Amino acid sequence: MSTDAKTHPLVVSVSPHVRGGESIAKIMWTVNFALLPAFIMSVYYFGPRAVYVTALCILTAVFSEHIFQKALDRKVTSTDGSAFLTGLLLGMNLPPAVPFYIPIVGSFVAIVITKTLFGGLGYNIFNPALIGRAFLLITWPKLMTKWAMPTAHFIEMDAKTTATPLGILKEEGLAKLIEHFGDKASLYKSLLFGSTAGSLGETSAIALLIGAAILLYKKYITWHTPLSFLGTVALIAWIFGGKGALFTGDPVIHLLSGGLILGAFFMATDYVTCPTVRKGQIIFGIGCGAITMLIRLKGGFPEGVMFAILLMNCFAPLIDRGVKPKQFGAVKKEAKK
Amino acid sequence: MAHTDKSNWELIKNGMFSENTIFRMAISLCPSIAVTNSLKNGFSMGIAVIFVQTMVNLTVSLIRNFINPKIRIPIFMLVIAGYVSIIDMSMAAWARPVYKQIGLYIQLIVAFASIFARAEVFAVKNRVVPSIADGLGMGIGFFLAMIVISFFRELLGKGSLWGMPIVSGNPLLIMILPAGGFFAVGILMGFFNWMDARIAARKTAAETT
Repeated sequence: MSTDAKTHPLVVSVSPHVRGGESIAKIMWTVNFALLPAFIMSVYYFGPRAVYVTALCILTAVFSEHIFQKALDRKVTSTDGSAFLTGLLLGMNLPPAVPFYIPIVGSFVAIVITKTLFGGLGYNIFNPALIGRAFLLITWPKLMTKWAMPTAHFIEMDAKTTATPLGILKEEGLAKLIEHFGDKASLYKSLLFGSTAGSLGETSAIALLIGAAILLYKKYITWHTPLSFLGTVALIAWIFGGKGALFTGDPVIHLLSGGLILGAFFMATDYVTCPTVRKGQIIFGIGCGAITMLIRLKGGFPEGVMFAILLMNCFAPLIDRGVKPKQFGAVKKEAKK
Repeated sequence: MAHTDKSNWELIKNGMFSENTIFRMAISLCPSIAVTNSLKNGFSMGIAVIFVQTMVNLTVSLIRNFINPKIRIPIFMLVIAGYVSIIDMSMAAWARPVYKQIGLYIQLIVAFASIFARAEVFAVKNRVVPSIADGLGMGIGFFLAMIVISFFRELLGKGSLWGMPIVSGNPLLIMILPAGGFFAVGILMGFFNWMDARIAARKTAAETT
């Protein structure tokens, strides 16, 4: 462009003429940066193990994308941050105590089967990190649900395991969960700061919200998907979450626990696998929330964010087709008489 | 009546490789996912299909001059159903443990697109011996596909082969679940396509130089 401008003062080119400075790499690295607070909290609570697991995920993701793009004679884009992001998200979705082959297998499935074999970035139907986690959860159900106690002493954690808040809620009920943490206020505090058992990056709600605020401020994500997702979860938790009577549930526990915040802000908003039209994104978020709560309240698993987002990923193209805005100047079809 | 001009050996090879039921035609995929969770099941299914495919081709080819084209489809159905009943009852009598697991899918051979398709496109138009060769080739092609798929699924999903433990440790449980069947068939199909593309590229390179 610049050489053109020197030789020809008037440049004739096709639209768009005004370009933003955004690129895939810039957006991806910003999202990675936005996940940094949550990563720091995971290291604080789960010790060096969090670093190993996340690093293994990222290394495998970037490395396998590089190798497969080379092998398939495609443009090598392993440094644009998207494979890094997939690895980082997968790492944040794993329990802290997994053996080291789990992040490697999961990252490989996420990048090679879900992304590269479908055509690379922009062509994948499903969120790669979530498919990686779903594959691992189905393959090694026992190892993937062994939750270590957070220690907060930055030491190698001990072998003590416990249930996640959602697991306790499902198995023993709300009263037992509150008893477990002392009182309701300290339960909320633990959920907010992340000193509960859970996947590496999902426990600290505050750290994730800081990251989400960065993305919203930079306008890399919009409020449509996350807000409708969280709103649906809160509404259903309030109506159906209580024991016996309707409208007695506790939406705050459901909002703060599990992978909901991580999923709603960082994974349901994935450009490739969610609808592009705003109205469609709201439908997408509502669907995610409804399926999440269906699994949490009635399903076999204590947590349903992953399956909810994956199931709604299938519907994303259909939703887009349904809410396609009317073309400017299009003539309304006459109704058949 | 267009008779084939291929030799019998070419017909067998055709069914095994270039028109392989699973990896090339991508038909009859339902059993390839349902019964391939162990090598023994895949093997038994493959044998049953070789038998049915060959005998159906033989029979249809024998009676091809007496079939009224207007009612050929019910006639093919009857012939297939007859042979499927034979293999179904034989397996129920002699291979009880395997039959318990895959019996339903043995009966479903009646509805296999691949067997029906060979009767329709080949056996009804050709003489007996080429028809047998074609049926044999198609059957063996299906058999090989079942062996390859179930080999990988049992090895990865249970860490065993033919029921004997090979590797210890935590096997990939997903591979013996239906989802793993799709993974296995998809990845193997992709692998064979990739191999084909490479072989074709090498051939054209050799021709141009």
